[in-house]
Amino acid sequence: MAEVRFENVNKRFGQTIAVSDFSLEIPDKEFVVLVGPSGCGKTTVLRLLSGLEEPDEGKIFIGHRLVNDVPPRDRDIAMVFQSYALYPHMSVHDNMAFGLSLRKTPKPEIERRVKEAARILGIEDLLKRKPRQLSGGQRQRVALGRAIVREPAAFLLDEPLSNLDAKLRVQTRAELSKLHQRLGTTFIYVTHDQVEAMTMATVIAVMNKGVLQQVGKPQDLYEKPGNVFVAGFIGSPAMNFFDVIVKSASDGIYLDAGSFQVPVPEERAGILHEYLDKKIIFGIRPEDIYSPRYITPGIVASPIRATVDVTELMGNEFYLHMVSGDKQFLARVDARTAARPGQEIELVLNMAKMHVFDSETQITLLS
Amino acid sequence: MAAVPEASGIRPILLKILARLRRFFSRLPLHVILIVIALLWLTPTVGLLVSSFRPSTEVSTTGWWTAFQTPFKFTLDNYSSVISQNGMGRSFLNSLIISIPGTVIPILVASFAGFAFAWMKFPGRNILFIFLVALIVVPIQATLIPVLRLFADTHLVGTFPGIWLAHTAYGLPFAIFLLTSFFGTLPKELLESAYLDGASNMRVFFRLILPLSVPAIASLAIFQFLWVWNDLLVALVYLQVPSKAPMTLTINNLVSSFGTQWQLLTAAAFISMILPLIVFFALQRYFVEGITAGAVKG
Ligand SMILES: Nc1ncnc2c1ncn2[C@@H]1O[C@H](COP(=O)(O)OP(=O)(O)O)[C@@H](O)[C@H]1O
Ligand SMILES: [Mg+2]
Repeated sequence: MAEVRFENVNKRFGQTIAVSDFSLEIPDKEFVVLVGPSGCGKTTVLRLLSGLEEPDEGKIFIGHRLVNDVPPRDRDIAMVFQSYALYPHMSVHDNMAFGLSLRKTPKPEIERRVKEAARILGIEDLLKRKPRQLSGGQRQRVALGRAIVREPAAFLLDEPLSNLDAKLRVQTRAELSKLHQRLGTTFIYVTHDQVEAMTMATVIAVMNKGVLQQVGKPQDLYEKPGNVFVAGFIGSPAMNFFDVIVKSASDGIYLDAGSFQVPVPEERAGILHEYLDKKIIFGIRPEDIYSPRYITPGIVASPIRATVDVTELMGNEFYLHMVSGDKQFLARVDARTAARPGQEIELVLNMAKMHVFDSETQITLLS
Repeated sequence: MAAVPEASGIRPILLKILARLRRFFSRLPLHVILIVIALLWLTPTVGLLVSSFRPSTEVSTTGWWTAFQTPFKFTLDNYSSVISQNGMGRSFLNSLIISIPGTVIPILVASFAGFAFAWMKFPGRNILFIFLVALIVVPIQATLIPVLRLFADTHLVGTFPGIWLAHTAYGLPFAIFLLTSFFGTLPKELLESAYLDGASNMRVFFRLILPLSVPAIASLAIFQFLWVWNDLLVALVYLQVPSKAPMTLTINNLVSSFGTQWQLLTAAAFISMILPLIVFFALQRYFVEGITAGAVKG
């Protein structure tokens, strides 16, 4: 049981800045998902925390203890590697017992914990097998089991689902959430998959290019992304962005995208008054675009016209790849919508869900 | 109705036999080539073995293949005389005394060194490694005189520790090279996992690196053992005491003093072959794994 804190941590590999001025406070017992595109430094953050890498600058705390100079084995954390890293010459049982026996845990206690972990993970029948006799899913469980028996202060998991097939991944996602509730321990989970982040995390930390972008509850990140990167990364399919110019008319402020104009609702206009005649970035999620005939009640509808490029029927909904001027965007509309490629149709944007960002800093203009 | 399960029982068996036949014939050329090679290698060895059991009069007059005609004339005399009178028994023991430490010490040192070179960070690591590996190309002959003088100064000439040291030194560069490369192929995350599990470097070495490297170490052990066991030059130069002579030296003496007594030579040669054969067959499973290591993903 421990909270974890990074203070201004930097890590470089030669010329590559893997982690840059990274500060993050992880409260005890949270399920934190560190998410970001491949190569953004997520693994490096885990390795810094586990002590497998040393920071160039900054401090790392585990439960109030400064651990910069504490060797990995004394940090009281367990890590599940992306490759699982099971000891190939040891049985499943010995894989799980190895860490405990190194720490001089009494035999009966080792057996108790291994049995308990095997029961939780449903691998009791596999204890005598060698890793090569296991399927990918089973190996993944053994890797988890090896972490569980240690009863560590924090679990570090590096893309543990990336080697599983799609179906098993969905199932394991749910099981990991359950496991977290059951163990009541801090989980720090790394993934490049924002779906995993949204479904499992109690707190998401988004990273890009070694820099922490935003930290918050999944719903908050979805509704109030702090910058263009987070807005585009969280949510699937991704948010549409348009370069627009803020303009003023007699009935208020509107955004001019060249090929279409949309009014800004009064309650969202606030800060935009300072951006009159300036370029900003306007963002709208595909699910906030509607077909005029199938509008959800209560939205702030503003119509635009655009040409259908490609259509994808997903069963319960319709993905329309649209073209407006030289700009492409995606709309996720009701499956009953009538739209053929090449046709010009009317769509409705829910401006209550609009996002606007400074075009220089890419930071949100909404409070 | 009863015929259905029977028919479905026969079909798979037929298919299996068919598949086996097909495999047999597709591999036939390979097997023929292997058998021919094996015969080519085996014939002289069998000749040696047969000759060693024939009386001296027979050996010098007829070929070994005539031994299988009646009346059979086989004898153990060659062995008894070569062992008792010509010191082969003592030499066999000497060879063991030289070869076992001469194999174990360099492999032990090289595996520690390999671990360090493959997995530890220390200043000058790469330079030192390149320097050590470059020593592979230094010919033994070039080292004989300087090392002999060094041994003379330190009173190691004619001692077993001296020759152990020599074989260790000659074996180390290649052994370090091989083990460093092999250890380096072990997944990094495996070691890191062990460190996180609480293992020290020693534990990682003995519980992880060594067990996972058995094929490489066994191959190396076979190479090194055969090299030391069959070595004549190093023994000749550094071990100038007749009572400590290994078999290679003794056989060499046999050749010069009993130039015509082939039957003694064959028995001596065969004795010297026995142990390498045993070692090879005992370790061959690992040996094959070792030379094909990495070819098949585990
Ligand atoms: N040991 C290393 N040596 C050199 N560069 C590294 C090393 N580890 C990571 N990097 C670099 O640091 C950056 C971040 O890597 P990583 O943390 O593995 O990213 P992620 O896990 O988010 O995909 C990458 O550009 C990667 O190439
Ligand atoms: Mg990674």
